This record gives sequence, structure tokens and C-alpha cells, in this order.
Amino acid sequence: MTISVAMTVNGKAVSGKVEARTLLVQFLRENLGMTGTHVGCDTSQCGACVVHVDGQSIKSCTMLAVQAEGAKVMTIEGLAPSAEKLHPMQEAFRDNHALQCGFCTPGMVMSAIDMVKRHNYELDEATVRRELEGNLCRCTGYHNIVKAILAAAPAMKSAGV
Amino acid sequence: MTSATGIGARVLRTEDKRFLTGTGRYVDDLPLARATYAYFLRSPHAHAKIKSIDIAAAEKHPGVVNIFTGKDLVDAKVGGLICGWVVKDKHGDPHKAPPHPVMAVDTVRYVGDTVAMIVANSHDEARDAAEAIKVDYEVLPANVDLARAFDKGVPQVHAEAPGNLIYDWEIGVKADVEAAFAKAAHVTKMDIVNNRLIPNAMEPRAAAAEYDKGTGNYTLWSTSQNPHVLRLILSAFVLGIPEHKLRVIAPDVGGGFGSKIFCYADETMVCWAASRVGRPIKWTAERSESFLTDCHGRDHVTHAELALDKEGKFLALKVETIANMGAYLSTFATAVPTYLYATLLAGQYTTPLIYANVKAAVTNTAPVDAYRGAGRPEATFVVETIVSKAAAELKMDPAELRRKNFIPTTAFPYQTPVALQYDSGNYPPIIDEAMKIADYPGFEARRAEAKARGKLRGIGFSSYIEACGLAPSQVVGSLGAGVGQWESAQIKFNPTGNVQVMTGAHSHGQGHETTFAQLIHDKLGVPMDQIEIVHGDTATTPFGMGTYGSRSLAVGGSAIMKATDKIIAKGKKIAAHLMEADVADVVFENGTFKVAGTDKNVPLAQAVFAAYVPHNYPHAELEPGMDENAFYDPANFVYPSGTQICEVEIDPDTGIVEVIAHTAVDDFGNIINPMIVEGQVHGGIVQGVGQALFEGAVYDKATGQLVSGSFMDYTMPRADNFPSFKLGYKVTPCPHNPLGVKGCGEAGAIAAPAAVMNAVHNALAPIGVKHVEMPATPLNVWQSIQGAQRAAAE
Amino acid sequence: MYDFAYHRPKSVADAIALLKGKEEARPMSGGMTLIPTLKQRLARPSDVVDLGDVKELAGIKLEGANVVIGGMTKHAEVATSADVKSHIPALAELAGHIGDPQVRNRGTMGGSVANNDPAADYPAAVVALNATVTTNTGKHAADGFFKGLFETALGEGEIVTSISFPKAEKAAYMKFPNPASRYAMVGVFVAKTASGVRVAVTGAGPCVFRVKAMEEALAKNFSSAAIKDIKVSATDLNSDIHGSAEYRAHLVGVMARRAVDAANK
Repeated sequence: MTISVAMTVNGKAVSGKVEARTLLVQFLRENLGMTGTHVGCDTSQCGACVVHVDGQSIKSCTMLAVQAEGAKVMTIEGLAPSAEKLHPMQEAFRDNHALQCGFCTPGMVMSAIDMVKRHNYELDEATVRRELEGNLCRCTGYHNIVKAILAAAPAMKSAGV
Repeated sequence: MTSATGIGARVLRTEDKRFLTGTGRYVDDLPLARATYAYFLRSPHAHAKIKSIDIAAAEKHPGVVNIFTGKDLVDAKVGGLICGWVVKDKHGDPHKAPPHPVMAVDTVRYVGDTVAMIVANSHDEARDAAEAIKVDYEVLPANVDLARAFDKGVPQVHAEAPGNLIYDWEIGVKADVEAAFAKAAHVTKMDIVNNRLIPNAMEPRAAAAEYDKGTGNYTLWSTSQNPHVLRLILSAFVLGIPEHKLRVIAPDVGGGFGSKIFCYADETMVCWAASRVGRPIKWTAERSESFLTDCHGRDHVTHAELALDKEGKFLALKVETIANMGAYLSTFATAVPTYLYATLLAGQYTTPLIYANVKAAVTNTAPVDAYRGAGRPEATFVVETIVSKAAAELKMDPAELRRKNFIPTTAFPYQTPVALQYDSGNYPPIIDEAMKIADYPGFEARRAEAKARGKLRGIGFSSYIEACGLAPSQVVGSLGAGVGQWESAQIKFNPTGNVQVMTGAHSHGQGHETTFAQLIHDKLGVPMDQIEIVHGDTATTPFGMGTYGSRSLAVGGSAIMKATDKIIAKGKKIAAHLMEADVADVVFENGTFKVAGTDKNVPLAQAVFAAYVPHNYPHAELEPGMDENAFYDPANFVYPSGTQICEVEIDPDTGIVEVIAHTAVDDFGNIINPMIVEGQVHGGIVQGVGQALFEGAVYDKATGQLVSGSFMDYTMPRADNFPSFKLGYKVTPCPHNPLGVKGCGEAGAIAAPAAVMNAVHNALAPIGVKHVEMPATPLNVWQSIQGAQRAAAE
Repeated sequence: MYDFAYHRPKSVADAIALLKGKEEARPMSGGMTLIPTLKQRLARPSDVVDLGDVKELAGIKLEGANVVIGGMTKHAEVATSADVKSHIPALAELAGHIGDPQVRNRGTMGGSVANNDPAADYPAAVVALNATVTTNTGKHAADGFFKGLFETALGEGEIVTSISFPKAEKAAYMKFPNPASRYAMVGVFVAKTASGVRVAVTGAGPCVFRVKAMEEALAKNFSSAAIKDIKVSATDLNSDIHGSAEYRAHLVGVMARRAVDAANK
């Protein structure tokens, strides 16, 4: 079944024709060519595909593109305010060496931003570790990801993002 | 040169920005016009005869472009996949080498064996069509049980490997070891399983290929750790495409851990079919497909015995190991449990006599090959658990027993009884530092405090050695390797003074674009933003061996250093000409050529410009251009060492093991970028703890199915399984490479399993538990506790 | 996944009409189970009826002594709801530990209860709190609702519209997660409500079940000491690589005691 979908991705109106079975992540990657969002598993566990839909983090491999009809979608490509300036969470990941191969990174960053906001910019190490339950990383041992998120929380607060 | 971005500096990574902004370029991200999509039909059976394959209905499915089966490859005279390391058995005969067809022809030998390739206009259509292929299987008895592989009556995996035996190999003199055991005051014995692991790099393996009809050139994009080696294998052994007509590109690769070293069936097929399909082909593994078809790691069954004298000095060690090869021999499978395993059994100790016997078996499981550490984690696990067990039996402090047997710092270079000559090391300060960081003296108080809360607390040591920086070609050649293991570098200055550095190594997370640039910056004074590290493309980089075995810096970095020497030597001649000075008087400091004792100077960029615009140039003695190549073949392995201390708490009611603290102190020689090195250690520790507590590939013995076939059943370590780690360093520079560096990529994973399991055993000893196998899952620990309680009651 | 026809009705009535009129139609609430099932090609519905736009199914409200939660209410909403947190904190706590944060942002109570996965958390709360499941056709008492493995009392064309939870005097949920999937390997919900003490166990068996012996002991003495010697039989419990039936039976006791202690805090 072919369906037309329209949504806002990173502030831009986009539309396209998809099958009913097309996943949101497929729509982003294949229809829109936005390959920053990754697919690392087929059981909704690794979190490499996490994006924000209407301000909430979700797994775009477990949502149909048609379910995002009319939604505001934010992906890793839309975070940085400019070509020179990164989002405080991206900055903190870089400053703390919270990424190695980079494959889980987009999902990690998107989950981390959502986490910081839900906790009103105040988190401790145990909370960060628990809140990362839906994101797998095979390179960093999580140590520096946790450090980065703890560093980003106050930075996001002072940047007002 | 010391600077904020030179050697030893914590330089933020150059590559991060693209990964953080979603602009990395992994294989699946490639936009290939008119691409088709491949889907592989995999065997659902562990062992079966293929009586027929009927593709007629599938070919009529919407969107199908082509369907290929094993017979097509036979008709096209495609070769089989190879094992590139010949291990000779104890009689001097080469290992058994059963054929490894790219796609099964008449028999499938494990669940996931490749049966057909469907190429269609979309992935979904290819998968839809795959369901319409009718394969008539005659199911055969299968064996997935390593411990039974050599038993009588066990199903035979290959006619070419009678008794399922690939080789029966040994090192050391058995009679000498037995004689030492006869005189021992104490013998510690141990039976252990080194659990089978599934690598699970977060990016699933992927391949894409296109064929240019006009030139006859193939381009293969692959998630490879070593694109040149992949091209060599495909060209020389499998597909016969001449090397110069095949370009292999490994772009951004999302982790490897060994699993992306090997030449796999699917990428081979994608490349081969590109010319037949006439359109580009893309394939990306689904995660469940990765579980079935990526090479797995470890999987040993071992009996070990350690002989000690009455003071606790080690007299001899003997080890009997059965190693699983899986259903076929993967690219380097044979070397892992022999030359990368048994040669490490001396550990950090002066054990004078060692004998090891390794029997490699085929089973109806996925092929097993190198996985982070490859052989060395298995060796460290044997040595470090038996040493701790001996300490417990002798009621000695485990640190004290280790110290008593350490190779003295004055004894380097030290020849072990198992072939290796350790170049350098200084072990006692490492364990001292680790014990200080871990507050070892305070442990008993913490144990008592935990006991009051109903928890069992334990502490465990692991003092590892590894041989990495693979490898001296002459040595590995004499041991049966089919390739050399040097590395290459090319430094190409552009006329405007910026520089491209081509390396045969490949970064899939290790940060070469930063670390290697630091070397160039430090040595040549070029600003970091004027340096580009180019890797992963056979068309643009010199032939090189890729990245595995903690070799990139020690071998690839050394090649870069050699090339910088050539740049400086040429620059000196140009500068001497420009300054009208004698070359012998020219020195190179901080990026500038100077004549000692004068104020004459020529910055490197000026010499480079003169080389490309040679209007005033010593043409008689020099060619224009500033572009130098170097190849570096190491004189020896490098030998990082260290001690990890793990502290755990066990909830006896549930069996849950919690890692409370984990300390690692390492000697990696000189460190170029401490931030990156720490990251490697963190990741390694988690993979090592993962092996000890969480991960394990489980095949059902009756059906041969992979039970732990997804993240729903294969426990991946997650953030909330760990505390933050405590790290420390000691430095003894490597004496034989120009940087004085050792490898750091595998150390964490090598040392951690024994540290964790020693801590688990230490925690459980007071309640009578003698042995827990890895992974020490809650179920496993609880059952061990139940067993001890039953034994105590009887 | 196989392709299907997709519908997004705006009312329960329209949704039911769509479900009844099709060959093999499946309702989808959050899709957290359905989409992975479809991706693995384990189901082949002709039509998927997405309940995402059915506004009447969402929301949490207080009705007398009950907290009434709409079928399409997401786990994250239950976890953070002031009403749930103040009246049945154990239910909010349970919801805050289902899956991971991303699953909690999509997955719904109605979907979870209707699916009746043996390792789901909500069924334990529904049974232990003696909740009432309301559907488009009527009401189901908790005890008769969960019939067996992935099986409920829901008939064809019947969807969960809301669930009414009585306030609890004391309640707590303790989960032993499967180390890999993090689903409940054993989850025990202990509750003391107007209708008495209930102990409901999920994850351990093919379907949520009550432990009557524990309920009787706790009714007399609501303390973990009262149930310390009560053993649950391993017969008919689930067994897999993460937990044998015996281990699960043992964990039911451990989790039940810990739940009682937590409820008493």
C-alpha cells in the first residue's frame, strides 16, 4: 500500500511516498538521504536509531513512517545551531571522548538530550547509567559517555537548550 | 617537540565532528544510483544435504533482478574462501583444510551457512522473493558441542577432517614438564571453559559493489578492517579479479573488534555479482544475520595444571585445550589458538617449563576467528585464574604469589619457554600502583561491611602480558602465516604546504586521524588542521595490512615515522641548497631547517614549495616533489603489560554479580594521546567484563540452532552494569620501534575476564563455591551456590 | 515486514468498524511489540488499524477511589503522572521501569495488557490491584482477563479502552529483569487494597498468576517474614538460557519478600 506522508524534519517540511511497512528510519535514510540516523539491530534494543518525535526520544526503527504524519522530527543532523557551532551535548561528547567508531553516537546523543531535559538538567551518574538502558555502545565502555552527559547537562541549561 | 597537540597531548579527535553531526559515511550510507539490494538465504539447519534448490517461483517475484546459488559459482569457477595461516601439527603435517565454498553447493554445515543470493530492486522485495525459494534439505545429524567433537560416533562435519580434527598441535617438551611436576610440592588443577562470544560491532557488516563495464574495474565497499588484505584474498584466491582491476574501500566503519578482518561469503558475492547484475549492489546484514554469520570468538575447553615448589615458585605449567573452529576455517582461525595463545602462557612469570597441546575441532557452528585479543585473552584467563587458584589453595596473598614469580625487571630481554622474547617490562610497580588505586589494604573492611548488608564481596587480580603490534614478518612467516605483517605509510605534501598521510592501517573507532596527525605535527611541525590522514581505500593508500592485533601505532605509526625521516632528509638537501649551506650543517627543529650557529633558516613549507616549483632547485641531485613512502617491518612483537583489580559484590539470593570497582594499570610504553588510550582501555574492560559476566553464544545441542541469536537473548553490556573505571599508567618504552610505543587496543579485554572471575571466586569461597564458569550470570552463580549448599549438606 | 493496508481512525467506533470489516486486521497502539513482530515476519496482517489518533483512549483521571487510565496512555505518562504517583506510587514506579525510555515514550498500557506477553509488567499490576479492564463492549474483572500465553478475554473487534485501578493502601512491584532483554524474568506485584492482599507474578510462567498461599499469609501479617517459608512450585514455570524453572520459582519468593518490604517502607 503506497501512502503519501508529510512531516517536519529538523524544521523543514518534507513529504514523500512510502509503503505502509516503511519504517521512519527508512524514510529518513532512503527517502530523505539523511543517513545520520543508524540501524544497529532488528529487535528495538540498540538505540542507534533514536530521534525525537514531537520532542520525545523514540526508536525510529520501531515506528512506521506513516505514524509520523504531521509530526515534528528532529535528527542528529538538525542539532547543531550552525556549521561552526555544535549543540552542547555534541560538544560534550567531543570534549570527553565519548565516541569511538561513531556508529551508536547519533542515537546516544539524541537519547542523552532527551534524558537531560526530562530530568530538568539535573542528573547523577547512576541516573545517567540507568537512563542509557536503551542505547548500546560496543567501543567506549560507556565511561566517557556518562562523563559527557553529566558535563552537558549544566552546559545545556546555561545555553538554554 | 612538545606542544598542546604533539606527542603525549590530550588532543580532541579530528574525526568526531562528522560522527557527531550525522555526516559520517558508512557503507550503508552510500548513495549509489540505480542500486539493487541483495538478500542472502541462509541455512535453517545445522547440517543438511541440499537435494535441490528451486528458484523458479522466486524469480517471478516483483522487483527480482537475479538469483544466484552455489552452482552458479561452481560454473563460474569461483574459488573457495581461504584460511591464510598454515599450522603444522605435532608430526609436522599441515592442518586439515576442508573446502569452504562461498555459497553451499551440496551441503550446509551451520545455521546461517549461505545458500542463495537474491538481488532485487529493494531489500524488502529481495526478502519477499527469498521466501519463495524452495530448498529441499535432507537433514543430517549435527554436532555443536565442542567438548564432544572428537568422541566416537559424533557427526562428522567434513570428510576431509576425519574425527573432526583440524590439527593436534603442541609447544614445549612434555617429558620435561612431567618431570618437573613429579618433583612439585603442590599442583593446582583446573578445568575451564572459555565461553564463545559474538563480537557485535554496532555497525552490522555491509558491502556494496559496482562494476564499470567500460574499464572492467570493480569497486567494492566493505566494512573491512583491512581493505588491502581483502582485495588480495579476493583477487589471488577467490574471484580471480586482477588486483589492479579491483578497488576495495572501507569507509567509516562502525567498530570491528576482529570480526571485520576476515573475508566473508556475502561481500565476496556482492563483488562477484556486480558485473553479472550490471547495476550496483548493496547489502547490509540485519543484526540477527550478524549473530549467525559474523565470525565468533574464543570457545575453548581447557584443562590446566600448575606445579609449584614449597615456596610458591612456579615450576611448570601444562595446558590441554580444545579449540572450536566452527564449521569452516575462517581467514586466520588456525593461528588464534596456537601462536596467539600458547605462546602467551608464560604470562608475567618465570615459569621455566611450559607444555601446551591444542586440538582444533570443527563443529556445526559459525566459524570462529580472532575477536579482541584473539588467543591472548584465552591464555591470560588460563594463567591468571590458575595462579589465583593456587594462591587460594596455598593460602597465600594472590598479589604476593604473583610478585614472587614475576620476571625480574633486570631480566629483559627475557626469553620465555614458549618462543617469545619479551623486549621490556617492569611488572612490580604496576601491581603496586593498581593495589594502591584499588585500596587493596582496605578490602577486608569493605568485605565485612558488605557481609553486614547480606552481600558477598570479592576481589580479583589479573596481571596480563600480551604480544601485539603484529608482527615481525620473518617470525610469522616461519610459523605459517601466508602474509607479511609490516605496515606502510606515504607522506604527500601539497605545494601549498598541507599534507596528506596515507596509511595501510584502518581506523574503525581507534582515532588514527588524530593520533597519526599528532605524530606528523610533532615531528614535522605542520599544524593539525593542515594534516589529513587517509586510510581505507586501496586506490589511494599504499598496500598495507590493516588494523588488528593492536598494531596500528606500533607498526603503522612507525612506518609514518620512517617516512617523516625521509621527508626531513630530502628537505635538508633542498634547504641546504636554498641557504647555500652544506647539508651536514643543516638541522631540522620545530618545523624549520636551520644552519647551526647562523640565523639562516628555511621553514618546511618553503622547502616543500621549492620542491613543487623548482625554479631554484638542486636538480642534479634531487627530484622535484615532496612525497615519500616507507614500509616498516617490526623487529619483534611489542609487549604491553598491566594489572587489573576487580571488586564485586554478589547478592546470594539472586546470584547477581555487581562490579563495584575496576582498576587497570597498564604499561603501553610511550603514549601519544592519553585520552584515546584511556578510551581503548575502558572499551576493552567492558568487553572483558562482558565475557566474564554477561555474554555467551549458546547453540541448542539438539537442534543446532543459535539460541542467543539476538540482543533479546545475548546479553550485551549496558551502561548500568558498570561503575566508572580507575586507570593508571607506568611507562617502559618499547626498545625496538621509533616511537617507543606498545599496543593498547586489546589489553582491557585480555586482562578483565580473569580479574572478574577471580573476584567472583574470592567472594563465593567463604560459602564453599569451588568453581563458576563464565559467564557468571545470575542463574549460573545461583546454581553454583545451590550446588555448594547441597554438597555441604551431604 | 510484509506490507499491509494502514488505517488511522479518529474514534473507537471507526476503529472497531475497520477491525471487524477486514480479513486479518490488527489494532496497533504503541506498536512496541507489533512492529518488531512484523519486522521479523512473524505476523502477516492484511490491515493495521493505528489507534494513535483516537483521542478518547488517552489520559489519566481519578474516579472516586480509582485511578482510571486510558488504553492509549503511554508508559512514560503513567510513570510521571501526579495522580498515579500520589495514589498508586507502585504503579508509577512499575511503568517507569518498562523497557527503556524510548519504549516508554511509545508503548501503551492498553497495548501491553491486550498483548499479554508473559514477560510484560502491567499484567501483574492489573491482577494484584484487582483492576477492572474496560473495553468497547464491556468490563472484565482482572482475574478472568489474562487467559494464557498471549491470550486474553478480549473477543474479536474488542479493544481495551481504559483500566481502572483501585487505590492501594500498600503496594510495591519488584522485577528481576532478564539480563539480555530486560523484560521481567520474574516480576512480583504485592498489593493491599480494599479487596484484600494480592500477590501477582509475571515473567515466571506462561501467564500472570497469583500466589494464594502468600496472599493468605500476608493478609494475617503483612511482612516479608510471614512468607519466608512459602515456596512456589517450579512445575509449569518458564525455563530458558537465562533462568531455569527452579530458579524462577526461587526468585518469586525473593522478589515477593522484597516487594513486601518495599511496600512497608
